[in-house]
Amino acid sequence: MSAREEILGRVRSALASADRTEAPVPRGYRSAQPDGDVVELFAERLVDYRAELTRCTEDEVPSVLASAVRDASPVLVPDGFPWEVPGGAADTGQSAAELDRVGAVVTLAAVAIATTGTIVLDHGPGQGRRAVSLVPDRHVCVLRAEQIVPGVPQAVAALSPDRPQTWISGPSATSDIELSRVEGVHGPRTLHVLLVTSGATR
Amino acid sequence: MSSTFVGMPAFPTAAREALSDTQLRRNLAHATGTIRAKRAEVVGEVDDWEELRLAGAAIKDNVLRNLDEHLLRLEESLTARGATVHWARDAAEACEIVASIARQHGADEVMKVKSMATQEIGLNEALQDAGVTAWETDLAELIVQLGDDLPSHILVPAIHRNRAEIREIFRDRMGAVGRPAPEDLSDRPADLAGAARLHLREKFLRAKVAVSGANFAVADSGTLVVVESEGNGRMCLTLPEVLVSVVGIEKIVPTWSDLDVFLQLLPRSSTGERMNPYTSTWSGSTEGQEAHVVLLDNGRTRALADEVGRQALRCIRCSACLNVCPVYERTGGHAYGSVYPGPIGAILNPLLRGTGVDDQIDSLPYASSLCGACFEACPVRIDIPEVLVHLRSRVVDAHRSSPKPEAAAMKSASWVLADAKRLSLAERGMGLAGRVLNRWGRRVMPGGRRALSSLPWPGSLWSTARDVPAPPTESFRSWWRREGRR
Repeated sequence: MSAREEILGRVRSALASADRTEAPVPRGYRSAQPDGDVVELFAERLVDYRAELTRCTEDEVPSVLASAVRDASPVLVPDGFPWEVPGGAADTGQSAAELDRVGAVVTLAAVAIATTGTIVLDHGPGQGRRAVSLVPDRHVCVLRAEQIVPGVPQAVAALSPDRPQTWISGPSATSDIELSRVEGVHGPRTLHVLLVTSGATR
Repeated sequence: MSSTFVGMPAFPTAAREALSDTQLRRNLAHATGTIRAKRAEVVGEVDDWEELRLAGAAIKDNVLRNLDEHLLRLEESLTARGATVHWARDAAEACEIVASIARQHGADEVMKVKSMATQEIGLNEALQDAGVTAWETDLAELIVQLGDDLPSHILVPAIHRNRAEIREIFRDRMGAVGRPAPEDLSDRPADLAGAARLHLREKFLRAKVAVSGANFAVADSGTLVVVESEGNGRMCLTLPEVLVSVVGIEKIVPTWSDLDVFLQLLPRSSTGERMNPYTSTWSGSTEGQEAHVVLLDNGRTRALADEVGRQALRCIRCSACLNVCPVYERTGGHAYGSVYPGPIGAILNPLLRGTGVDDQIDSLPYASSLCGACFEACPVRIDIPEVLVHLRSRVVDAHRSSPKPEAAAMKSASWVLADAKRLSLAERGMGLAGRVLNRWGRRVMPGGRRALSSLPWPGSLWSTARDVPAPPTESFRSWWRREGRR
């Protein structure tokens, strides 16, 4: 008998006398809303996890981007990223070792979550393949305020499992040594989010 | 290493040894206290936490009730998205599958994402025997691997090591397996993490094959989910050409949308964060990577067959139960002799391996005061005390052939208590003894009752640490006959 048949057989005999009817799952949590403004909450929670945050208007994006990437060179710019970046280089399928010599990467995001301060990349246009937002040490992400959803349920509902996803909450971190939190292990040691709000005022 | 460490003594012996290590107790008290406080704070932020726990438990129960159908659905979804699905009855079969995939690609090393399933099956040792070196990439796992040590906590496996010990391990051992630690390495956590970053980066960049587990496997989309903090997971999941994921058959959730419960429950219960720094999800072969998924039984169907114990298969390996456990906090993880320590380990090991086969495993259901803190902290509401009591009865049943003095005493007590006449006779005897002993007893207990401070052997085994109250001179029943009817 194959392992597959044997395991399925064991499962069926383990459940031979079990009640197989499914229990109802409470889903009230899906309609819960956080108090207050989701954009403000996102900003507060993002900074709480030691990410850098700059708010700007649409017009200010190019200049804020230029200062956010610092003097990094080259700066990897994925296909579909809508702004010019000084020192920008296209993604030409660089190897991991080549990406290790890239100073910074700029991306868009698919959605962001207010209650947890999370940005989610589904690696669509302007977000690049997974390695480009991982290997370089500085990740600058441009997010529009209207992409922010209140909580995890709204984010899961807005995303499709057909796309690979990376959920990012602050820079990489570890608490493995005496539980003291250290930012910056293997992922980018700096996460800088540019939060674009419409209108002229911040 | 198999799911239990070979040659470990039973829990009471191992616990006594651990308790005498004051450094270990200090590290543990600090670590568990810190995580407990962080968890309490972020759980308190969520108004519907109790509903999320109920939802998590219900979703997992529904999966377990129809596990055969969900497994077939998962296999179909994964296959449709270009992954190769393997099935492994036990640890040896799972290890052989991973080793043969590494061999097919000519790899003499694999990079590993921290995974309980691969520790449970002893994958690193099995790969070593097959000529393949497995590199642990989680910082704590790296500390354990370099220190030739055993993990002691599900989430923070090096919880028993402090910063000075970690610096020594890095300085002494890194050079032998790759880039050495800097000469002037300090014991600041940031510097130690920096040394690990440099040491592992060259390995990440050249890796051809990686091995991961999965926190969740979504049946209807074939999506695997890995929840982590450091980015070592993303490195392993993203950069190598081949990815092998070893997934316990109980890791399934039915639909993508069910993740909205678990991605709230897990980080807050586990690290005490609103969200862990990185979560990766992928469905089958992604960005041209060759994807293999090994569906692992290794005792899970045995646990599933136990009507009371099957709820342990809801476990999402958050380790909240360890951090709140008064026993774990004092003994640490090694005393449990398994990669699954603490309250969950005390039920999971006997359920996966069976009772009555190994004295070490049989000792685990007793490693608890049944205080219930674990049940309260569990994000999927596993009633660990209920399962502990159930497993104790199974352990007793398995050892029934050799009667113990306590069992003999209980048996004679039940003979006396079963019959009113016998009981009344016994009570008269006790009353007589009480009148005599009340005169002899030197000690006076609160309330004025006399007590004996020592008994002749074998009663001395009891009385060395306790006073024995003198029996009352009159039983309740005789008092009631005399006074109660007035």
